[in-house]
Amino acid sequence: MKNDGSSSSSIRIIGLGNGLRGDDAIGLLAARRLRQTIGNCVEVIEAEMAGVDLMELMKGARVAILIDAARSGQAPGTVHRLDASAGPITGQIFPRSSHAIGTVDALELARAMGILPATVIVYGVEAGNTEAGQKLSPPVVRALDEVVARVLQECEVFHA
Amino acid sequence: MPEENARTRTIAVDMVARVEGEGALRVTVKGETVQDVELRIFEPPRFFEAFLRGRHYEEVPDIVARICGICPVAYQMSAVHAIEQVFGLRVDGAIRDLRRLIYCGEWIESHALHVYMLQAPDFLGYESGLAMAKDQAAVVTRGLRLKKAGNAIMTLLGGRSVHPVSVKVGGFSRVPLRRELGALKDELLWARDAAVETVRWVADFDYPDFALDYHCVALRHPDEYPFNEGQIVASSGLQITVSEFEQHFIEHQVAYSNALHCTLQGSSYLVGPLARLNLNQGHLTPLARQVLADRRIELPLRNPFHGIIARSVEILYALEESLQLIERYEPPPEPALPVVLRPGTGMACTEAPRGILYHRYEVAGDGVIRDVKIVPPTSQNQARIEQDLRLFMPRLLRLPDKEAALGCERVIRCYDPCISCATHFLNLEIRRESA
Repeated sequence: MKNDGSSSSSIRIIGLGNGLRGDDAIGLLAARRLRQTIGNCVEVIEAEMAGVDLMELMKGARVAILIDAARSGQAPGTVHRLDASAGPITGQIFPRSSHAIGTVDALELARAMGILPATVIVYGVEAGNTEAGQKLSPPVVRALDEVVARVLQECEVFHA
Repeated sequence: MPEENARTRTIAVDMVARVEGEGALRVTVKGETVQDVELRIFEPPRFFEAFLRGRHYEEVPDIVARICGICPVAYQMSAVHAIEQVFGLRVDGAIRDLRRLIYCGEWIESHALHVYMLQAPDFLGYESGLAMAKDQAAVVTRGLRLKKAGNAIMTLLGGRSVHPVSVKVGGFSRVPLRRELGALKDELLWARDAAVETVRWVADFDYPDFALDYHCVALRHPDEYPFNEGQIVASSGLQITVSEFEQHFIEHQVAYSNALHCTLQGSSYLVGPLARLNLNQGHLTPLARQVLADRRIELPLRNPFHGIIARSVEILYALEESLQLIERYEPPPEPALPVVLRPGTGMACTEAPRGILYHRYEVAGDGVIRDVKIVPPTSQNQARIEQDLRLFMPRLLRLPDKEAALGCERVIRCYDPCISCATHFLNLEIRRESA
């Protein structure tokens, strides 16, 4: 993790995933690009393999925007937008993490313990290839542009 | 899930929940007899031993850190100690202390997560850590804050809390200032008290009456609870140097799993907190002894479910040790010792949170890695987990399949198996014979 996120800021963008496993890096790469674009205005965190520490990373933010790889069976590169502040994210959109506590578990733990930020938006990008050592697959490269643009729009709306 | 006919009943746990990685279990029962127990691991095979061949030795600590997101320090420590043995390098003083300290951070992080989020729900009647958090937010908050104390050590020494980047052969790429370490002290003092509470808390759980005759294996050091150094000892009396590991511990392939099984003198054995505590009780601190005595817990522990007690005692040990190391810290003159290349083979064994982790490296004269062997703790425990399940199963046979399967999962979770570390790839020749 590039930042252990104890400081509080109004909007926090958190990219999740594993940088060595193909399309699973999408959240990290989107966060990196967003940092270059708007890193002065909002806090951007690349949180590789965050697991339960995601709770800590969200703590104190008014708005948390998470970006992670998803796997729901739709075409690779499909971008899902979910509002976790409205209620639990249901369905099998995010694969169960191989490290016991995944994104959805960490969000629900934060909710149960009353530390979920008031607004939590989760962008899930449908992954194709998650083999170790691979680059992003072409549809996910295209989705990277889309998700970055949409998160920038979100920031404008939430800043207003 | 259930496959049943009149005579044979198969209990399958297709996904073992709340363990690291992906595994499955198949138990075959005939009448009242357990016929077969197979713990299958189907995390995609890990190619790390092959990845490392042809790489320069300086790249090794960063590559092996990626084998596991939970115990990267263990992989780094076994790797640097083995490579330092090749180069005839002996790391001592403050750098040695910092290596113990970062290892403490990893134990605290890993053990606190397992004790609070993964295993405690089994004893308190919750289906998950999440369900427990809804009812017992204060307890879960304490567990997560404990884990965070471990993260803080890892972040300061390793540069980040997951996959640290500062460990190198000879030492560190950067060492902390005295005041940077001092800044951790208040939180570690809180955490030490929380660890005492943790031992008391888990000691009061209800445990199944299930004592086993374990063949425990761990490192043992004359002066300290082991992290990076010591001889390999077993409760049978075996006492060997790390370089003799492969003469005694044999890895072999089993058809149903892509993790290798490891045996000692042909039989299963136990590594990890329970084994470590039993074999190193002489190095416990007075505070840890006192807390155990207050709760009338006597060592050695023989019940696999008491692993949670051993893990909690080790959290306490790691916090007391961290505080001591911080107190006496004076930065070393250089963050790392200079390396003089020479060819050879080196072995090291260190105590990962889940038990001994053995590495062997063959290094060429130009510093390029020629061959690697890695034996992680979970593959060493795999045969023992199956043995425990065989012995525990008769208690579960009268339960419906779903509950029996949950009972099996509880046994597996006692080991905190890190299945993603345990998987290897083995070249396999398949012989097909006609019927």
